[in-house]
Amino acid sequence: MITHPFTYQAPTTIEEAVRALGGAGEAKVIAGGHSLLPLMKLGLAQPEMLVDLRRIASLGEIRTEADGTIAIGALATHRVITHDQTVRAKLTALAEAAGEVGDLQVRARGTIGGSLAHADPAADEPAPTIAFDATIRAVGPKGQRDIRARDYFKGTFETALAANEILVEIRFPAQPARTGSAYAKFAHPASRFAVTGVAAVVTIKSDGSVERAALGVTGAAAAAYRATEAERALTGTKGDAKAIAAAAAKAADGITALSDLVASSEYRKHLVTVYARRAIERAIERARA
Amino acid sequence: MTASTTPTYIGARVARKEDPRLITGEGTFTDDVTLPGMAYLTLVRSPHAHARIRRIDTTAAKKEPGVVAVFTGKDLEATGMLPVFITVPSMSGSKHMPIATDKARYAGDAVAAVVADSREAAKRAADLIAVDYEPLPIVVDAMKALEPGAPIVHEELGSNLVFTYPVKGGDIDKAFKDAEVKISQRIVNQRLIPNAIEPRAVTAKFEAGELTLWSTTQIPHFVQLIAALNLGLGQNKVRVIAPEVGGGFGSKLQVYAEELLVGFLAKTLGRPVKWTEERREGYLATIHGRDHVSDVELAAKRDGTILGLRVRTVANVGAYLQAFAPGIPTILHVFIVPGAYRIPAFDYEMRGAYTNTTPVDAYRGAGRPEAAYLIERMVDRLADEIRMDPAEVRRKNFIAADAFPFNTISGITYDSGNYEPALDRALAMADYKGFEKRRAEAKTRGNYRGIGISSYVEICGLAPSKVNAALGVGWGGYESARIRVHATGSVQVFTGTSPHGQGHETSWAQIAADALGISPNDIEVRHGDTFESPGMGVGTFGSRSLAVGGVAVHKAAEKVREKVVQIGAHLLEASPADVVVAGGKVFVKGVPEKAKNFGDISMAAYLANNLPEGMEPGLEATVYYDPPNFTFPFGTHIAEVEIDGETGTVQIVKYSACDDCGRQINPMIVEGQLHGGITQGIGQALYEGAVYDSDGQLLSGSMMEYHVPTAEDVPPFDLDSTETLTNTNPLGVKGIGEAGTIGSTPAAVNAVIDALSPLGIKHLDMPLTPEKLWRAIRASGEGRR
Repeated sequence: MITHPFTYQAPTTIEEAVRALGGAGEAKVIAGGHSLLPLMKLGLAQPEMLVDLRRIASLGEIRTEADGTIAIGALATHRVITHDQTVRAKLTALAEAAGEVGDLQVRARGTIGGSLAHADPAADEPAPTIAFDATIRAVGPKGQRDIRARDYFKGTFETALAANEILVEIRFPAQPARTGSAYAKFAHPASRFAVTGVAAVVTIKSDGSVERAALGVTGAAAAAYRATEAERALTGTKGDAKAIAAAAAKAADGITALSDLVASSEYRKHLVTVYARRAIERAIERARA
Repeated sequence: MTASTTPTYIGARVARKEDPRLITGEGTFTDDVTLPGMAYLTLVRSPHAHARIRRIDTTAAKKEPGVVAVFTGKDLEATGMLPVFITVPSMSGSKHMPIATDKARYAGDAVAAVVADSREAAKRAADLIAVDYEPLPIVVDAMKALEPGAPIVHEELGSNLVFTYPVKGGDIDKAFKDAEVKISQRIVNQRLIPNAIEPRAVTAKFEAGELTLWSTTQIPHFVQLIAALNLGLGQNKVRVIAPEVGGGFGSKLQVYAEELLVGFLAKTLGRPVKWTEERREGYLATIHGRDHVSDVELAAKRDGTILGLRVRTVANVGAYLQAFAPGIPTILHVFIVPGAYRIPAFDYEMRGAYTNTTPVDAYRGAGRPEAAYLIERMVDRLADEIRMDPAEVRRKNFIAADAFPFNTISGITYDSGNYEPALDRALAMADYKGFEKRRAEAKTRGNYRGIGISSYVEICGLAPSKVNAALGVGWGGYESARIRVHATGSVQVFTGTSPHGQGHETSWAQIAADALGISPNDIEVRHGDTFESPGMGVGTFGSRSLAVGGVAVHKAAEKVREKVVQIGAHLLEASPADVVVAGGKVFVKGVPEKAKNFGDISMAAYLANNLPEGMEPGLEATVYYDPPNFTFPFGTHIAEVEIDGETGTVQIVKYSACDDCGRQINPMIVEGQLHGGITQGIGQALYEGAVYDSDGQLLSGSMMEYHVPTAEDVPPFDLDSTETLTNTNPLGVKGIGEAGTIGSTPAAVNAVIDALSPLGIKHLDMPLTPEKLWRAIRASGEGRR
C-alpha cells in the first residue's frame, strides 16, 4: 500500500516530461513501475510527483540506423526485447538477459530504460549493455547527451544520470562479423535477480582465434562491471577450452563481491568464474557458427 | 460403505465444482467483504525481538486526519487472552494478549493499534506512534534458550522450558548393549514460513446485538466459540464466516489476535472494521512451522535389523504458545517417529522452548514431516554404515502386512498397512535397478547423481474424542454434517469442515450422491458459516476432513437414504428391502418402469399427508461422527537428483511416488494434493528456511528472499497408488492432505546425500542450498576445477 500522497503527470513529448521533472518538489520518472512502485509501497521512495513516460510513443521503438547502430527506446519492455528478431540475431546476449528478467509479468511491463535508470546491482540488462559498449542517451533541460555505458554505472542504484535527466534510448553499436554473444545467469531462487549474470561478446578471426572479447558482469558487485583481466586473457588465444577456463578464472579478479543469504562473497566470486566460462563458451560457439 | 450402495461417483475423477467461480474471479474472499462506513485496523509491531515497553506516545497519531481511534495493549485487555487448546503434562503456558502490554517478545509482536477511515490513514498514523522501548537480551536458538542464564521470555514462568514430553517403550539399554552398529546424528528440521497464497484478513460488523465476523480461518467454529466467550456475547450472537479461503497449511488454524481485535472493535466502535495482512507482515505475525533440533542414536545389527532408537529433541515454540502448538511436537510427532518399522526399543524425550521468535504451530504435516525426516534419514545412515541397499534395510524392518492392527513401540495402534507393495511399485517406477548407470553417466559430465527413498507412515483422521481428552486436547475430534433435501428434491450438504482449497464441495457431493442415488451436480455443499452448519464443526486440518467430516456426510446421507427408502416403499406399496435408489429414481427391484422420481419422494416428505404410519415429515439428517481411531496412510517416495559439480545446484530429475490413503473419493483431487504436497516438501529440502540473526531479526523476511517453490522447480511427478482400506470408518478412507509433504522431504534429502556419498559425505542439514553443497564438495577435496 502506498501511504504518502503524490501527483501524477503523463506528458506526450520528451520536452514536456523534462519540464515536468524539473518542476517543484521531488519528482520521479515512471515507466513499467516494477522497480519504483515496490519502493513506494515500502515507503523507501516517497516522490511528490510521478512523471509517466508511457504516452511518449517514440520511446518504445527498436530501430536499426544506417551505420548498423541498434537504438532501443527506453520504454521497450523486456518481453519485446526478448522476442525482437534484430536483437536476437545481432545482440543475442541482450535478448537472453531480457528473457531472464524476473518473471513473465515483470517482463511484460518492465522496461530496459527503467532497469538501467534504477541500476539495481543485480539487474540483468546492465551486463550486456556494458559488454556491447552501448551508449546511454539522456535528455535534460540543457538538451541531449550520450554517456558511455562503462561510465554510466556508478554504484548501487547510482548512475551518471542527473536528477533532471530522462534516459530515452540505449544505443548499441554495430558488431563486427564473426561476433557471438551469450548471457549466462545464476538466478536468486526467490527474486530471480542475478546472483551472477555474465554477458560475453566475442569476435573471432577467420582462423578461429579470439580477436576481441568483452565480458559484462552483473549481480556480483555494487555495480555491473567489465571483467577486463579476463577479456585480456582471452584475446589472442585460440579460444579453446583451456584458454576459456583460464580467462574465466579471472572474471572476478579485484572485485568486492556482494554477500547475502543465497551466496557469500566467496561463493559469488566462484559463480562469476563458472558463469563467465559458460557465457564465453556459448559466445564463441555462436561466433563460429 | 453399506452393501446397498454401489459406488458410482466415489472413486471417479469428477471435475471440481468450486473451480469455475475461483478461476473466473467470482469467489468472495474476506478482503472482498466491504461494508458501508467501514474502518480499517492497522497494528504497530515491535521492531525489537525483546524489549520492555516503557511508554507509548499516541498524541501525533491521534491528530492524523482520518484516524478514528488509537489503542495500546492496556486499552484492549477486554479482548481477553488468546487460547491454547492443548495442555500436555508439565506444560508451562504463556500469557498471550492480542496486544502486548508489558514487553514485546518477538519482532512483530503487536504493541499498539490504529483504526482509521482508510488503510492509508491508519498506516500513516501508525508510523507516528512513538514507542519507548528498553531493549532486553535476546534468545533465538531453542537449545540456548534452555541453558542456564539464558534471557527469559516470560519471567513469571521462571524458565523458557515449555514442557518435557517423554515417551518410552521396550528396553532401550539392552538395545544399545546388543547393538553391532550404533549411529549418532544431530538432525535439524529447520523453521519454515507457511506462505498461504491469501494473506490473513478479518472483517466484522456488529448490528442489532449480533457480531458477524468474516475470517481467513480453517476453524470458524473455534473462532466463534472464543469470540463469544472472550467478548462476552452469546454464542448465538456470534456468526463467523470463512468465505473463500486461499490456502492455510495450518497457518490459519488459530484464533489470532486480529480476529478478537476486529470483533471487539466492531462491537465497541459501532462500525464495521477490517484488517488485512500485508505479506511482509505475515512473515512476522503469522505462525511459523517445524524448528526442531534432534540428537538421534540408532542401535542396529549388521544385517540391518533396527534394535532401538533414542531421541532428544528441543522444539522451538517461539515467543508464545499458539492454539495447537503444544500438540504438534508431541502428539503429532513423537508417537509416529518409529514410522513404517518394527522397532523393539524406543526412548524419546521432547522438550519445548520459548524464544524471541515468531510463534511456531502447525504447518502442513505438523510434527509428522519432522518424524518421517528423522527416521528416514537414520535408516539411510544405517544403510550407508553397513553398506546395504537402503531399499532392503527398509524392507527388512517393515511392519509385516499380517501384523495389523499393529501396536507400535510408541504406544499407538496402526489401523492397516501393507508397506512392501508401495515400495516395490515406487522402485519399479523409479527404475531403481538401472540407477548406477545413470550415476556413472552424470559423473562423466562432472555432476553428482543420487537417488533417495522415503517410506513414510503418518497420522490422519484426528481424532477420537476420548483419545483427545487423554492426550490433553481440550475439545472433541468429531465432525458434523447435515443434509437437507428440499421439497423439490434439491439437496444441500452443510459440513463442519472448512475447506480452503481441498475441494470438499466436490468430494462431499460425490459421497452424498452415491448414498442418495443422484448426481453430484444436484448436490450443493455449503461450509464455513457457523449459522448454517450444525452447532459445532471442528474444521479442516491434519488431513482429518475426509476420514472424519467426509464420513459424517456419508452417515447423514445414509440416514436420509433410509427415509427415502421408507417413503418409496410406502408409495410403491412394496417392502423397503426391495426398494432401489439409483439414477435419481426410486423403484422396486426389477420394476424400474414404475419408478418414482427422487423429487416425488422429497415432495411427499413435505406434503406429509401420505407417509408411513408414525413417520415425521421432512427430509433431513444431522450427524456428529466421532472416529474410533486415527488412520495411518503410508507410501514410498523416490527422488532422483543431479547436482551441478561446479555450483552445487540441485535439480530433481525424476520423482516417483506410490501412496496409499485407503479408498480414494476423487483420484484427481488426490493427485492434486500430492503435487502440491510434494512440491512443498521439496521446498523444505532444497530452498526454504526462516533465517534469524542473533538480534532476532528475520533476515528471510519476504518473498524476495524466501523461495517458495513453483512448478518450475520440480519435475513431472510419476504417481501410483495402492489401496489398503481402513476399518476405522465405513468408507475405508484415510486422508491425503499432508502425505506429499511428509514423504518428499526425506526422499529429496536422501537423494542429495546419496549423490555426495562417494565423496564421504554422510549428512547435511536442510535446506540443501547450492552454496552449502559447493562447500561440502570442496571440503571433501573434490570439485576444485
